[in-house]
Amino acid sequence: MSEVNSSQEPEVLKPPAIQLGVLGWLRGNLFNTWYNSLLTLLFFAIFWKLVPPLVKWAFIDSRWYSSAEACRDIDGACWSIIPANIRFILFGFFPHDQQWRPLIAMLLLVAMVFYSKDRRHWTRLLLWIWPAALAVMGLLMHGGLFGLSVVETSQWSGLPLTLMLALFGMFAAYPLGVLLALGRRSRMPAIKSLCVVYIELIRGVPLISLLFMSSVMFPLFLPEGVTINKVLRAQVAIIMFTAAYIAEVVRGGLQAMPRGQYEAAESLGLNYKQTMRLIILPQALKIVIPPSVGILISAFKDTSLVVIIALYDVLKTTKVTLSNPKWAGYSTEAYLFLAVLYFVCCYAMSSYSRKLEKALHTGR
Amino acid sequence: MPFWRDPAKRALVFQVAALLVVLLLGYYLFSNTQANLARQSIATGFGFLHQEASFEIGESIIPYSAADTYSRALLVGALNTVRVAFLGIIITTILGTLVGIARLSTNWLVSRLAGGFIETMQNIPVLLQLFFWYAIFYEAFPAPRQALHPLPGVFLCNRGLVFAVPQQHPAHVAMAWAFLAALVGGWLLHRWARRRQERTGQLFPAVRCALLLCLALPALVWALYGAPTAMNVPVLRGFNFSGGLTVSPEFAALLVGLVLYTSAFVAEIVRAGIQSVGQGQVEAAMAVGLRPGQVLHLVVLPQALRVIIPPLTSQMLNLTKNSSLAVAIGFPDFVAVASTTINQTGQAIEGVALIMAVFLFFSLSTSLFMNWYNKKKALVER
Repeated sequence: MSEVNSSQEPEVLKPPAIQLGVLGWLRGNLFNTWYNSLLTLLFFAIFWKLVPPLVKWAFIDSRWYSSAEACRDIDGACWSIIPANIRFILFGFFPHDQQWRPLIAMLLLVAMVFYSKDRRHWTRLLLWIWPAALAVMGLLMHGGLFGLSVVETSQWSGLPLTLMLALFGMFAAYPLGVLLALGRRSRMPAIKSLCVVYIELIRGVPLISLLFMSSVMFPLFLPEGVTINKVLRAQVAIIMFTAAYIAEVVRGGLQAMPRGQYEAAESLGLNYKQTMRLIILPQALKIVIPPSVGILISAFKDTSLVVIIALYDVLKTTKVTLSNPKWAGYSTEAYLFLAVLYFVCCYAMSSYSRKLEKALHTGR
Repeated sequence: MPFWRDPAKRALVFQVAALLVVLLLGYYLFSNTQANLARQSIATGFGFLHQEASFEIGESIIPYSAADTYSRALLVGALNTVRVAFLGIIITTILGTLVGIARLSTNWLVSRLAGGFIETMQNIPVLLQLFFWYAIFYEAFPAPRQALHPLPGVFLCNRGLVFAVPQQHPAHVAMAWAFLAALVGGWLLHRWARRRQERTGQLFPAVRCALLLCLALPALVWALYGAPTAMNVPVLRGFNFSGGLTVSPEFAALLVGLVLYTSAFVAEIVRAGIQSVGQGQVEAAMAVGLRPGQVLHLVVLPQALRVIIPPLTSQMLNLTKNSSLAVAIGFPDFVAVASTTINQTGQAIEGVALIMAVFLFFSLSTSLFMNWYNKKKALVER
């Protein structure tokens, strides 16, 4: 073969013009078979029909900063509902002159998230910074120290409430979930069955039933005169719910550990607690970081359910705004704004989890 | 050896202690509850089920009035939940599979659109989506007088989706029986064809024949009954439509929201399942001379389904559980009816227990069915 090639100059053929550039891309990706061509044309026809009216509604005929009255006689979207009510939607019934406090708390949270994103910052120190940051956020929200006036939890509302329910839910549920997962893999039948019953029971019922339980049933459980506020009760329900799901994820990580790891730890003379703390959990928890981010995303989305037991999260404050006769009828605009808000948060988290999965999937 | 050095005894002590803690906690809560109930003079037990409910329910598939008992009202709610979950599961499976396949399409536009759909739906809370669709129905659609009229006999307005249905006729019942008979016949045919293929190696187009049978037999019965074509067309009377079949805005919004949300997750599952079948399998199947349809049917799907079914089960359960969000948009599902019952009787414990029991029943029965199906499809090793 090589002799044949060396005897004559290799002829470099240029690909035909139809395979290059825009035309080639179109041919390769949109019109490569007859049914793909048909599909492409069909979708272009649908776009042709749908996009212009939507653009006209959202951008051309719309109002962005106007009074509610100015919106009455237009055909387009009335985005003015967002800027006009943004403070109520974001902070709800938090005292108006104190709203800088939840704002700073949320900025702190964003800063923490950005700091923790980088894997180089994943040290033991970070495990201490997070509880400290959460404590500072709680202090900012609740007040009572350093001359900050006390704001009762019944006034916590809007986006800070949503974020708080999701974050505290996740942080408190994680240790509980790990314990449940260990319990489920335990060799002690009583412990194992308690954990199995708990996990399966919680995973078998909707979150709403737990929230109902926290709002209508829980007060009956407490001795006379003792009351726990509504936000905390909902928080407990979310923690109980999330813990069961975390337990299943962590169990997956524990099951992925080869037997050799347990046996090696045993042969070194480590007891159960040492084996778990030093050998098994550090590896298992590393495996389950990406699915844990998935649980954080669902916890974040699920906090919107507290609307049903009349807590004022960001969805409920939006609904309150919409029940104002002045702004009634612009639900589509308000809900689209909220959808974008949720989408940005969840999409950032899920794409981060995908990146993390790739980075952590280094093989052994 | 002291007992705390003996693992067996230590485990026993540990378990007894754990059980004691749980029992004590349970007793503490129980005694508190007893005291509270006695103090607030709330009745206990399920006696309220036989009392008159005295509230109306917006939609029901069985006859119901406010004079009926709570148990009847709860049954109406449970049936509504089953209706949403059943329809939702069927439509979600179809839509999710289509989107999952579209995600893998070689057509750039189709694949990107499917990807965008999946990301959007997965990252917006389902409750917000329900509110959104409900708002679309109530605010964007016109009143019945100016109802949208996309197809003949179909009207879309803020009272819901109204469409024409065939006028009731004995032929329809007979057609349903004929369809059932065709299904059984098709199944028998399929079994016979497989047996024959195993025995003689000869192929028989059983699936195509069964499909033809399912279409032809009801059509034949319909023709035998004199081909009734009378339609029950909705007509505008006063402020609303009469006649035809109406799908309420609550039901429509709930179904659309649940289906779109869940089908995004199903699509990802289907995509992962199809991708899990190695390219070599497809190439090998083509090399032995199977046609593309046969490759899909005989090689790819049986292997992909094994990967798809377990996560698909949990998505179906999620859909059933999420249908409880109906309470937020006013569709009378089980949770909504139970919540009204709690408010009227004050018997929160019984109400919440009923909700949990019903959903556990749904969850367990769905997972039993799916486990049976999974076992049928699982890898049979020699």
